[in-house]
Amino acid sequence: MTKQKPSPKHSSKRPDGRTATQLRDISAKTGVIKNADGSAMFQIGKTVAYAAVYGPRELHPKFLQNPEKGVLRCNYNMMAFSGSGERVRPGPSRRSREISLVIQKALLPVLSLEQYPNSVIDVYIELLQTDAGTRCAGICAASMALADAGIPMKDLVTAVAVGIVNGQPVVDLSKEEEDLDGAVDIAVGMLPRTKHVVLLQMDGTIKKTDFAEALRLVEQASKDIYAIQTRALRERYTT
Amino acid sequence: MGTLFVQEKDVVAPGQVLADGMDYLPSSGAYREGDTIISTQVGLVNISGRLIKIISLRSKYFPKRGDIVIGKVADMSFSSWFIDIGSPGLAMLNIRDATEFVERGTDLSQFYNFGDLVVAKIGNVTRGAIDLTMRGPGLRKLTVGRIVTVDSSKVPRIIGKQGSMITAIKEKTGCRLIVGQNGIAWIQGTPEHEKIVADIINLISDESHTDGLTEKIVTLLDEKIKTVKPASLPAPGEPQ
Repeated sequence: MTKQKPSPKHSSKRPDGRTATQLRDISAKTGVIKNADGSAMFQIGKTVAYAAVYGPRELHPKFLQNPEKGVLRCNYNMMAFSGSGERVRPGPSRRSREISLVIQKALLPVLSLEQYPNSVIDVYIELLQTDAGTRCAGICAASMALADAGIPMKDLVTAVAVGIVNGQPVVDLSKEEEDLDGAVDIAVGMLPRTKHVVLLQMDGTIKKTDFAEALRLVEQASKDIYAIQTRALRERYTT
Repeated sequence: MGTLFVQEKDVVAPGQVLADGMDYLPSSGAYREGDTIISTQVGLVNISGRLIKIISLRSKYFPKRGDIVIGKVADMSFSSWFIDIGSPGLAMLNIRDATEFVERGTDLSQFYNFGDLVVAKIGNVTRGAIDLTMRGPGLRKLTVGRIVTVDSSKVPRIIGKQGSMITAIKEKTGCRLIVGQNGIAWIQGTPEHEKIVADIINLISDESHTDGLTEKIVTLLDEKIKTVKPASLPAPGEPQ
């Protein structure tokens, strides 16, 4: 693998005709769920995530309360009709429990929960349609929903998958690319300004140099996603 | 030298760099990291001198001492009522701080029952406890009228500069109006006028970030008032 920069001639290698550094089409919107304190929709390609934030509110049962700081609860759920094949069994599963946990861990670094003793902030993430990168879309939606709820945050959280497809480092894998032989899928959550990594999960085997190359791709993608997120957050007040 | 990247009344988002250098200071809604000042909220930029503040456009109500709020009785114990004021956790109203004289051992629901709405003032606020008092002018139980709920961050706009907005609404419609700092407003007047006030409050809430709102609301009020028959104002002191 040569270390040359991804150039347009590589573009033909991706099944959907994107270049190596090109994200799928993204659209984002806030205030999509009226009864929530904050809400957001984040769509990347065919993956659609909705996030609703409730709180800070009192946490019950009481033994879960922490008098020193608030609690963040995340709930990731794929809707029954969200897959492209068979019905997805919704509700808690081993997979959704894990994703809920990593999303919570990814969002915690930007929140200052000391302001909300004995309280809870609930984040519900629902996937309406899925085509790879659901946890990343979920994180993007959740951080927008938190900002929309007026909860102070040090930064927005962005997340995107990077990986190796046909031996080439690419950004934002689709389901088709993920399923290719030898494909490597790395979900990365990043704070766009400080470039702190808040989520890192990988499937597949990868060379050290490729890994570094792939991680470098996240930085620009993170900035692009942040720009879309902030535009959506502002849009509610600038029309 | 310090550089400012935003202007007054810009809408900013969390993580956005507002200023560079030590010439500016972060106020509420912003923080300093190294040399830069960064926003923590979605809101409007407010610059006064060296201070950069972000006025939040949406937020849960967090009680502050001296705030007048409207709340609903949610629970009671043998010596106090617990009032839901829309903040995380219930606020406590002790019988000593209620206007009624309550003899020891009486059933508290005789005075304020579950679901009753009260206008109260926030007393002490400590970690995990909010004290309420009913001692003060205008603090009482609400009986008739209509309730509108908006986001607590919109309340300053509904009241306006030196109460300009709320005075205009009251004078034009002849309604009685109390806006709690927690975003719950109580309106009482003729049904038609109550409806107008409720609509106006929701409109202010939706357009709280725009300029020249008071003038716009006043013209709109004048138009709407013409569509209903004039209210006979309740004489002062008349029981509600």
